[in-house]
Amino acid sequence: MKKRIRFVLNGEKRAIDVAPQETLLEALRDGLGVKSPKCGCDRGDCGTCTVMIDGRTVRSCLVLGVEVDGAVVTTLEGVMENGELSPLQQAFLDRNAFQCGFCAPGMIMSATELLARNEQPTREEVQEGLAGNLCRCTGYSPIIDAVLETAGVVPKGGRDERP
Amino acid sequence: MPITHSFDYQKPGSLREALALLARKSAVALAGGTDLIGHLKEGLVSPELLVDLKGLKELKKIEHRGGALHIGALVTFAEVIDSKVIGKKLPVLAEIARKVASVGIRNRATLVGNLCSAVPCLDTGPILVAMDALVLVKGKRGSRKIPAEKWFIAPRKTARKPGELVTGISIPLPRGKAAACYLKLGRYRGEDLAQASVFVSIEQSSRGAKARNFRVAFGSVGPVPCRARKIEKALAAGGALIDMVALKKLVPAEISPITDIRASKEYRLHMCQVMLERALAAADGRLNGTGPAYGASLL
Repeated sequence: MKKRIRFVLNGEKRAIDVAPQETLLEALRDGLGVKSPKCGCDRGDCGTCTVMIDGRTVRSCLVLGVEVDGAVVTTLEGVMENGELSPLQQAFLDRNAFQCGFCAPGMIMSATELLARNEQPTREEVQEGLAGNLCRCTGYSPIIDAVLETAGVVPKGGRDERP
Repeated sequence: MPITHSFDYQKPGSLREALALLARKSAVALAGGTDLIGHLKEGLVSPELLVDLKGLKELKKIEHRGGALHIGALVTFAEVIDSKVIGKKLPVLAEIARKVASVGIRNRATLVGNLCSAVPCLDTGPILVAMDALVLVKGKRGSRKIPAEKWFIAPRKTARKPGELVTGISIPLPRGKAAACYLKLGRYRGEDLAQASVFVSIEQSSRGAKARNFRVAFGSVGPVPCRARKIEKALAAGGALIDMVALKKLVPAEISPITDIRASKEYRLHMCQVMLERALAAADGRLNGTGPAYGASLL
């Protein structure tokens, strides 16, 4: 039997009916038409379905829709600031930090949480922070550089010269 | 893969209510869900009712009392990493939590859920059996405290009975000055399951300045976490001097690794010997204030 849930999605109050067996990913994509979280492995290994619940990233394929009743959910669509790309999104764009783009929403959500909790991460901390987000195109270097550039650790367009 | 099996969902507001719901046939408790939802997708479990525990605030606590650390069933790995009490009283637990999966999983997955899943490669197994932790279980008929060594019965099989709920764990803290180390071997750094893991704890004994107690356990090299009592005894008898050659010879008798998709049994055995030496050196260094910081990469 479907249950009515109420939550805040990207700053807007929403109420939808979900079946208990529906995952948050399915509820977002199929129920609400929010398409930035992708279904990759569907078992929490690839990170492409990453969204935030109450400011912390989760794998939305491993959360049930009914569990977010009363929560604040943020997807990539909610990361833009006043209609403009966030500095992190801009750095991803400037550095060609994605190619096919499939991993990018999850990468940006994970990196957004990382920078919110650690303003000046080391390269190793960025690697650890993004370890559960797989990218099959870029080899990760431009992604890590984009995160470090946003943190001001690496100069704009420059390289990470640290050992 | 969508969940094809349908079930009801309830989120009780009290432990009593939760236990009453769990007493029903085919009810399953839901905490972080990172294992359970995967199992639902694969059809490994087919409950009629999911009982979401996340409304039970009393299961969210991390407390230091009576010489032990109490960790509630809803405490996530991210909360273990951030906990000031754990950082002060048992920093190796945060070192372990940092090695579990990825940030997005650790934000959701609970430590108690990890030991309820009881897969052979679980990261929390070695410390719990080595430190003589107690698993706190409640059912309609009352409470039980199950020693960690008796908790793990076989892969994915624990001492929990139907209708019972694990409310938390209790880890007795060392009385004297102590330090520990957890090493996890994976195929690569970052999100991977353990090929083998070693936990070592050294505690200064009250029997004399040079006397020390050791606790050693291995993970992912047997059906359940293996407490290495022969190695512990040899270490305690050796005092300040550690004969690594003799010690390594004891490892094969303590573990029973198999060859699977992640590693061969020969590699697992060899690496357990290597990691035992490194973990002992790190824990010894930490005890003397010269060791690597907790969480440092040692492999």
